[in-house]
Amino acid sequence: MSSSSPPVGAASAAISASEKVDGFTRKSVRKAQRQKRSQGSSQFRSQGSQAELHPLPQLKDATSNEQQELFCQKLQQCCILFDFMDSVSDLKSKEIKRATLNELVEYVSTNRGVIVESAYSDIVKMISANIFRTLPPSDNPDFDPEEDEPTLEASWPHIQLVYEFFLRFLESPDFQPSIAKRYIDQKFVQQLLELFDSEDPRERDFLKTVLHRIYGKFLGLRAFIRKQINNIFLRFIYETEHFNGVAELLEILGSIINGFALPLKAEHKQFLMKVLIPMHTAKGLALFHAQLAYCVVQFLEKDTTLTEPVIRGLLKFWPKTCSQKEVMFLGEIEEILDVIEPTQFKKIEEPLFKQISKCVSSSHFQVAERALYFWNNEYILSLIEENIDKILPIMFGSLYKISKEHWNPTIVALVYNVLKTLMEMNGKLFDDLTGSYKAERQREKKKELEREELWKKLEELKLKKALEKQNSAYNMHSILSNTSDE
Amino acid sequence: MAGAAGPGTGPVAAGGDGDDSLYPIAVLIDELRNEDVQLRLNSIKKLSTIALALGVERTRTELLPFLTDTIYDEDEVLLALAEQLGNFTGLVGGPDFAHCLLPPLESLATVEETVVRDKAVESLRQISQEHTPIALEAHFVPLVKRLASGDWFTSRTSACGLFSVCYPRASNAVKAEIRQHFRSLCSDDTPMVRRAAASKLGEFAKVLELDSVKSEIVPLFTNLASDEQDSVRLLAVEACVSIAQLLSQEDLEALVMPTLRQAAEDKSWRVRYMVADKFSELQKAVGPKITLNDLIPAFQNLLKDCEAEVRAAAAHKVKELCENLPPEGRETIIMNQILPFIKELVSDTNQHVKSALASVIMGLSTILGKENTIEHLLPLFLAQLKDECPEVRLNIISNLDCVNEVIGIRQLSQSLLPAIVELAEDAKWRVRLAIIEYMPLLAGQLGVQFFDEKLNSLCMAWLVDHVYAIREAATNNLMKLVKKFGTEWAQNTIVPKVLVMASDPNYLHRMTTLFCINALSEACGQEITTKQMLPIVLKMAGDQVANVRFNVAKSLQKIGPILDTDALQEEVKPILQKLGQDEDVDVKYFAQEALSVLALA
Repeated sequence: MSSSSPPVGAASAAISASEKVDGFTRKSVRKAQRQKRSQGSSQFRSQGSQAELHPLPQLKDATSNEQQELFCQKLQQCCILFDFMDSVSDLKSKEIKRATLNELVEYVSTNRGVIVESAYSDIVKMISANIFRTLPPSDNPDFDPEEDEPTLEASWPHIQLVYEFFLRFLESPDFQPSIAKRYIDQKFVQQLLELFDSEDPRERDFLKTVLHRIYGKFLGLRAFIRKQINNIFLRFIYETEHFNGVAELLEILGSIINGFALPLKAEHKQFLMKVLIPMHTAKGLALFHAQLAYCVVQFLEKDTTLTEPVIRGLLKFWPKTCSQKEVMFLGEIEEILDVIEPTQFKKIEEPLFKQISKCVSSSHFQVAERALYFWNNEYILSLIEENIDKILPIMFGSLYKISKEHWNPTIVALVYNVLKTLMEMNGKLFDDLTGSYKAERQREKKKELEREELWKKLEELKLKKALEKQNSAYNMHSILSNTSDE
Repeated sequence: MAGAAGPGTGPVAAGGDGDDSLYPIAVLIDELRNEDVQLRLNSIKKLSTIALALGVERTRTELLPFLTDTIYDEDEVLLALAEQLGNFTGLVGGPDFAHCLLPPLESLATVEETVVRDKAVESLRQISQEHTPIALEAHFVPLVKRLASGDWFTSRTSACGLFSVCYPRASNAVKAEIRQHFRSLCSDDTPMVRRAAASKLGEFAKVLELDSVKSEIVPLFTNLASDEQDSVRLLAVEACVSIAQLLSQEDLEALVMPTLRQAAEDKSWRVRYMVADKFSELQKAVGPKITLNDLIPAFQNLLKDCEAEVRAAAAHKVKELCENLPPEGRETIIMNQILPFIKELVSDTNQHVKSALASVIMGLSTILGKENTIEHLLPLFLAQLKDECPEVRLNIISNLDCVNEVIGIRQLSQSLLPAIVELAEDAKWRVRLAIIEYMPLLAGQLGVQFFDEKLNSLCMAWLVDHVYAIREAATNNLMKLVKKFGTEWAQNTIVPKVLVMASDPNYLHRMTTLFCINALSEACGQEITTKQMLPIVLKMAGDQVANVRFNVAKSLQKIGPILDTDALQEEVKPILQKLGQDEDVDVKYFAQEALSVLALA
């Protein structure tokens, strides 16, 4: 465009343009609109004629003979579902159910001996009827958990109390897993796990505690739970790239891994290498990276020989374009280096420091800065010092280059300190590298030229072949074998 | 890293000394092990060149084993490799040696990354066709069996895609084995594998003998359709289309319909959505009789589903469904069994549902004829034209041509106008843009008189819109209108208004004049261009804004070919020469370009 300034007319145009606000709704505006209706529920599907609830007598007023009977009646009453998307329908019945649920929560948590064998079936039925449902389609197809407000579960006023009741039930001293396992079986757990995809964080939080309790109390379900989580993660990585409850599941896994017996089973190692490591490729890594890194480090603390495959795995999936993720990877590497054994360090120092060397010369200053912070870590520093002969040659080129070229003064200052530290570790090697730096660069340039030359030759070769093919399509075979046989 | 540190002792310096033309190949193979991913990727992409130069024998004995060994690499490299190998048969010596390509592809079919695996399967499918029947049984089928019984789910999912390509050419004994393997994958305990099997079920059914379809595929279909995971169940719906095509009406009724009915009422909206989404295919596959008895009631339920997603998917299919009904009795069915539900959807609470309906509803008029359209559909169109959501209105307007053929547009024009005006001034520029694109169509259907009275002013107003894309579209719109209504109309209605803008205080509007001239000159012809437009353009060469001046140069370049030599030499040339000396570099540049393009330099 031209350099001359627009005349008066342009200024007036700008004013009229700003008066006539364009349709570009700001994200905040759109979000505000959405928030109004950000409640969803797929739970309620018309069940024909809706039953109206009639209040039952209070449990505390019943005689102990009647109590058990009344408890079950109330549980059955709570199996009836109401449409919360319609905020005016069945108000009275909704309130009766809410009060009943509250009463049930109170009843199981304050009374002993009320969870008798005959009640388990009704209890689990009531819980299943309320919480198990196909989750509704997301209101916002490109829901960004970091930016957007989640859609909240419309029937929360009831569901919350059901979860509350479920937890009190599981945590009750009267609770007997040996009876409950008839009802809380694989199918039950399967459905429970699917709910972790709920967009409502309050629900996921309850689910996390519930699943943790079940994992703790039902030994027979443990392997199944791990396997299903495994499947959910694999589907998340390779099929849908979408699952809301990844962080919660990882959090539970963190404590599960903590409890693994040594030596680790092959199944667990496979989970680490084939599921947890590939999870680093997910687009929304930021949402669960802390939990994921915790799981990985837990594994390494259990079995140090896993360090090499883990680091090689991370290097394989190192982010190529996303600086934000690169910073997370560097953070995780530091966590791993914090617990690494010196013998393991030696095994991966070369590929690892080649990557670190690329990171310190990243033009994104946060990546460079994060990598340079490694030199503030005393333990890492001691590892570097022990292996300075190997590491300095790898790092030197990048550091030297950015000490002269990086646009960000903070980075340049940090690099200067790092160079100083390295020089103190092995002054002689440092001097040698400084001396040969120029020659090294020139050799690289030469190599680059050779490569270009090679591709040029290759193009010519291809043209020649194409020509040959054209000229003698039928005896191409013989020509080729003439040229390729020595 | 893999390629770099890989232990592979590759084919050693292929013809390193002596033959000069082979030297690059040796280096190239070294590059397959280069530390830099990009360079490895480049070399893999040139793999056919390497193979060509090595010759078929050395490709088989050296290159392929080397590639098989270095399979641990970045997914991007593996993807390129999987793709290349699919076209390698000629390079290893033709169909007799096609099986040499199986080992590397087998490894690639087991990696984690889905895109790599899928590409490897695609290549394997391609190569399977090149195998001789003997080689197929000796090499390919064993590979499928190995993958199908692999430990990790990736190899088993890959196997699912390979059954249908090797089945038709296998012997009976092998066929039975293949079916057995497929069966077990359909009940695999990993849902990923069941999903893969379900998605290939239809394809596999098509190559099976009818008896096996009935005795084996149908039970598998029934099982998958009642899987505990809705992601598996919904894939069975897709398979249903293929299976239904293979069976007789009786068999369909007995074997498939119970499952399909159940799918249409599945508790998961995803499955119901799938039924709605595949409705036309299902309708064709099951034939008219079952459609009337079963599908229409199911469709009614989908149209009033509790999930908006499902309703929208069903609404999208309304027209196709009606079109595909048998002609006799069609009108009655639509009027009695479909239309009542459509009427409900017009006032749906969800805008996606309404807009899905609006995008197809006009198509019903051709099917239902003039009277029904006027009596029953027109009120719906009019309601949708007043809908609060612009997308709904826009979808109605953009399909006006269907109605025009049946009842003429006059019936609608009274309601149309307010709707158009409102869209024309919508706050979202994309909506304005969309309505502009329909202007030529509307103009053609409404006629020049109606246009001049009601719409012309809108078209002119868009020329001064504050969004460039709208001004640009408005300019193109004028050109299309001139093509429709002729030059005389242009001269009387459009050109004067456009030319007035040349002295607008806003330089953007002055530039719009130039853009309009660029677009209109050709349609208007030499006379109008020379007499009316050229003087204005030339006058604008003295504009104080450089952007206007260099657009003058561009305009002159554009309209030059339409002018005669006199005008060019006497009027255009001096102005361009003057602009060629302008103080602004851009003006200078475009003036000189125009001079040389018009051969005036």
